[in-house]
Amino acid sequence: MLRMLIRRLFLGAVTVAIVSLIIFSGVELLPGDACTAFLEREAKGKLLENCREAQGLNRPAIERYVEWAASAVQGDLGVSANGQKSISELVGDRLKNSLLLAACSLALGVPLSIFLGVVTGLWRDRPIDLTLSTLAIFAMTIPEFVSATVLILLFSIWLGWLPGIVLTPAHAPLSEFFPEILLPVLVLTMVMTAHILRMVRSSVIEVMAGDYVQMATLKGVPHWRIVFRHALPNALLPAINVVALTIAWLLGGVVVIEVVFNYPGLGRMMIDSISDRDLPVVQAIALIVATVYVGVNLSADLLTMIANPRLRTMHMRRK
Amino acid sequence: MTTPIIDVKDISVGFTAKSGATLPILRNIDLTVSEGESVGIVGESGSGKSTLALAAMGFLKRGLRLLDGSVAFRGKDMFSLTRTELEKIRGGEIALIPQNSGQSLTPTMRIGAQLIEALRLHSSVPASEHVTKAIELLGQVRLPDPKAILSRFPHELSGGQQQRVAVAMALAGEPHALLLDEPTTGLDVTTQAHILELLRDIAHERNMAMVYVSHDLGAIARVCDRVVVMYAGEVVLEGTTRQVLKNPAHPYARGLLASIPRLADHHLPLALDGRPPVPGGVTAGCSFVDRCALVKHRCRVERPGLAALPDGELARCFYADKTAEVSLAGLGVVPVELESRGTPALQLDALSISYHQPGLLNKLLGRAETRVATVDDIDITVCRGETLGLVGESGSGKSTILKSVAGLLPPAGGKMTVAGGKTLAPVVDNRPPDHLRSIQLIFQNPDDSLNPRQTIAEILEQPLRLYFGLTGQDLYDRSVEILNRVRLGGHYLDRLPSQLSGGEKQRVAIARAFAADPELVLCDEVTSALDVSVQAAVLDLLNELKEKHGTTYIFVSHDLAVVKVLSDRVAVLYQGRLCEIGPSNQVYASPSHPYTEVLLGAVLEPDPDTAPTLSADDIVELSPPARGCPFQRRCPRKIGSICDSETPPWHRLDSGHAIRCHHKIDDLAAAQVVAVVE
Amino acid sequence: MSIVSFLDKNKHFNRIILVLRDVMSRPSGAIGLTLVAAHLVLALISPLIVPYDYKAMNSALMLSGPDSAHWLGTDHVGRDVFTRVLLGGREALLVTGVATPIAVIWGGLVGIFFGLVGGRIDEVMMRVVDAFLSLPWILKMLVLIVTFGTGIEVLIPTLAFFYGIPVIRIARAATHDVVARDFVSAARARGHGRMSIIRRELLPNVLDTLMVEGAMRWSWMLLAFSSLSFLGFGVSPPTPDWGLMIADARGFMSFAPWGVLGPVIALSSLIIGINLTADALAKALGIDRAQKAPI
Repeated sequence: MLRMLIRRLFLGAVTVAIVSLIIFSGVELLPGDACTAFLEREAKGKLLENCREAQGLNRPAIERYVEWAASAVQGDLGVSANGQKSISELVGDRLKNSLLLAACSLALGVPLSIFLGVVTGLWRDRPIDLTLSTLAIFAMTIPEFVSATVLILLFSIWLGWLPGIVLTPAHAPLSEFFPEILLPVLVLTMVMTAHILRMVRSSVIEVMAGDYVQMATLKGVPHWRIVFRHALPNALLPAINVVALTIAWLLGGVVVIEVVFNYPGLGRMMIDSISDRDLPVVQAIALIVATVYVGVNLSADLLTMIANPRLRTMHMRRK
Repeated sequence: MTTPIIDVKDISVGFTAKSGATLPILRNIDLTVSEGESVGIVGESGSGKSTLALAAMGFLKRGLRLLDGSVAFRGKDMFSLTRTELEKIRGGEIALIPQNSGQSLTPTMRIGAQLIEALRLHSSVPASEHVTKAIELLGQVRLPDPKAILSRFPHELSGGQQQRVAVAMALAGEPHALLLDEPTTGLDVTTQAHILELLRDIAHERNMAMVYVSHDLGAIARVCDRVVVMYAGEVVLEGTTRQVLKNPAHPYARGLLASIPRLADHHLPLALDGRPPVPGGVTAGCSFVDRCALVKHRCRVERPGLAALPDGELARCFYADKTAEVSLAGLGVVPVELESRGTPALQLDALSISYHQPGLLNKLLGRAETRVATVDDIDITVCRGETLGLVGESGSGKSTILKSVAGLLPPAGGKMTVAGGKTLAPVVDNRPPDHLRSIQLIFQNPDDSLNPRQTIAEILEQPLRLYFGLTGQDLYDRSVEILNRVRLGGHYLDRLPSQLSGGEKQRVAIARAFAADPELVLCDEVTSALDVSVQAAVLDLLNELKEKHGTTYIFVSHDLAVVKVLSDRVAVLYQGRLCEIGPSNQVYASPSHPYTEVLLGAVLEPDPDTAPTLSADDIVELSPPARGCPFQRRCPRKIGSICDSETPPWHRLDSGHAIRCHHKIDDLAAAQVVAVVE
Repeated sequence: MSIVSFLDKNKHFNRIILVLRDVMSRPSGAIGLTLVAAHLVLALISPLIVPYDYKAMNSALMLSGPDSAHWLGTDHVGRDVFTRVLLGGREALLVTGVATPIAVIWGGLVGIFFGLVGGRIDEVMMRVVDAFLSLPWILKMLVLIVTFGTGIEVLIPTLAFFYGIPVIRIARAATHDVVARDFVSAARARGHGRMSIIRRELLPNVLDTLMVEGAMRWSWMLLAFSSLSFLGFGVSPPTPDWGLMIADARGFMSFAPWGVLGPVIALSSLIIGINLTADALAKALGIDRAQKAPI
């Protein structure tokens, strides 16, 4: 068991290392660098050379990579292109905001989607399933900016219940984001629930049609005990992975939502820094998001291993 | 007459097809089981026997519904009870032992939890004593170390152990009746024998009614008092075990019994042509018309009812009294003249094969693998034109050896030589075209060995084009010819495998192998996945092809009777090592290697007058021992520490019979007084 | 032409027909295919049937409501919304319609290759794939778009490349499943060459999975494309595109919702259509074995 853990951690670290290489080389391959971005039209001749020397950009790539990677591991992500602010500070704010958004959406979405997934799975093909599954299809396939727009139209403009845009600045304390954060959370929850619901539904149906559920029925186990004690512990195992993917998505993939609602999260920062060619920031955000993704997947794998007895027991006597 | 405990009255069960028509799975079934009685329900796939057994518990699979009739258990109408009432009865008064316990036990619950659940729901044992009672139950099903098993998960147990747990769980509620749905499928021969003995003892001790569903007439003979034979959703014959198995009064039952290979036979079992009708396929007349030797006009238009015969049997046939006239003479197997043997078709010298690859971490740390080889020290010579049978249970390595000969699994050591003294390259990629063509492999499961996206024509085209370069009209003609050889018509060419039955698919697989005009055909459990009656037809076919072409076979199977009937020589394997090898009639007689003795003793014959001999314990071996005799842990004739430390010597008897044991042959012969075959 | 190879050619055609019939027999398939077909037809013929020039600005009629002249009103620079809605899918369908097959083909080939090769190389490749997948999609695409521009010559390769990566995993898994089956071992034992086995045994069985995956990829790519357009990184004005139109009309939503509703319905109906078709296709091909999707 411990061996597995170490092996997984090792592989996770390898993946992060590969990501960092990809990020760095990707940025390297792009035309231009931090200096050309900073100096813009004046990026030529002596000015450019001086800037590069000051920034240390004329050193070989490998050296710069190692330096960047080494400091990143220690938590120092360098400074932004204009050399003014510490990236860690800048990103720190945005990260906390994104985390807030993610946490609220998860807190609302995960229990709801699992519950609805189980309900639709148990009552498959009945009216409640057909209704919810159809709604899920809509929520899943309609682009987020569309649903966001529609919801703003509905709740903010026509009904006037919730603010349709976030005006709180990035560095403000978390509590100030309410109630503006509610609509974005609602949209995210909708999309998330649709995906998780479908997956849980599918898993529940499969398990309930399986041999051991049939056996439990024939053993005279009361229906609800079968559902909670025999079926769900098995049916919900795949949900762990989906939730992990959702967490990763919430932190790096909800750019559109952030733009629609003007929410000061990592996604907006990503777009802004790319547009501004602020490459160090881009690198840093990419690294953070990727690390979170790997970390979350790793946790999901480990959690699955703990929850699934078949994976847990290393010594199996099988015939 | 006492009220029967299970009373199934005239039930019909069916489902609604896509077209809207109602297709029946069961038609007008009557079944009564009295207290303490064991009834066997026999049938092949599609007969509806499992559906009937589950219906006795008031359960129908999703999509099926009760069309007519009623099922009463201890007087209660099972299909009109509420869910709560059913929950009380199931597991409590009537319990099920399922087919595949590995899949029927909840994987996330420990054995103890599942057992205690049964106790809590259905027994009167107080909660404080649940654990004690659970341990007691596990002990009653003869599981060693019950306390440890309580905290294990289902996947940590072997198949045999899982099945015993299922029995324990069923007994927890002290039921009045037990339903068993093919409880020994997939288990090794010896394990199967042990479990059946356990069931037999339990039924007798507790005076429980038992309904035993199986296709295995040997198991039924051992356990049941009465037998019900099903075909195409109907009961076609019913009587005492003796009546049905010794002298069946229905042509199907007779054909079925005749198609089972027996150890005492010298001939191939008789094949039953054709296949059972699909649900809804029988519109008028008897369901057996297409395959019956006694068929007359009346059979085609009028459906026979279950008529009582003078001796008390019930038979669904107009001509039941004439059944004895159906000829059962099977085809004889022409024995290969041992003198006419020429150069060996295949020779294996000190062959050893290993499945283990060092893991990544081990490779990094530079640790060498010190595990024992899966298969070791195999010396076998197969002569041209002969059939060599390889027998053994799971873990014996018999399929592994075939894979190596076929070039799919390179051996770790030793040599393989073919006719003409040429060495056989270990891997397919290095073999010359001639070797590739002359050695063909047929797999166990026809569903898997035929590409579902290819038509039969394309499947046959592959060897024909690869080895002979046939195209166009030549290709077509030859494909039809090959299909005819396996008794399939040319119209099968443009069908897909999904449109064929299991037996037909296996024939196509055989056709594909023979399309190459091979010298050596490797058969890996080719009949194990087929119904009994279909198996006989395939064996027949293999024999015919061999006679026509003089092909050499290596025939692997766990079914000893099947191997004996087809093989000239037999090799017995245990944990990847050879125990005994020789002409089949000698290997199946005394003197035998102790393991052969155990195997033969465990065979269940479809004859109520025979009983298996259980000698070795039902222990699971994970891997072969590093030294000494491979059978050391289970041998009932173990001498002592010599068996653990030294490899047993070969004792060679005449005509190529050899046994590898530390005992002297005369000692073995004397001890093995009971001869299985004369 | 021999009888055998004739049957061969017929078989492919027959199968396509059979699958299509199966898809249409299901409510999800029928609705889905109809929607997709309608959109494709529309994209093809819309330039011929639109009432106005999509570029024609009319400052007098900015944000006017729906009337007989302008069925869906006008946008913030006076262009006819209805015209722009009809034309709005062309660019999106062109870009994604070309990029999706490229993505599936390249991802599929790589996935099958590594699935077959196995061993160390495969493990390393999977780490690299995982690494790529861990980066946020928007980042990956924006970096390329911002550097090289937003023309379709950038969008198509970018989308095709990044959306092909998840296909690698799926193709690899499907390959593993098929390779484990006996008929592949049988082909190997017969001595068929590797390429022959891939072509005859592997591909036909893996293609089903790839087709369903392709349909799903297409819908996700459309989502991505319209999101990019929405953010201003996709289509360049004045080309009509639903994503861009929604972005533009958003600010005036409170009093001129028709500018938003038109493209919303158009875009959603297309994506829903593709998804429903993909669901029905999965069931028709036997991939969704438990027949789980409700309709």
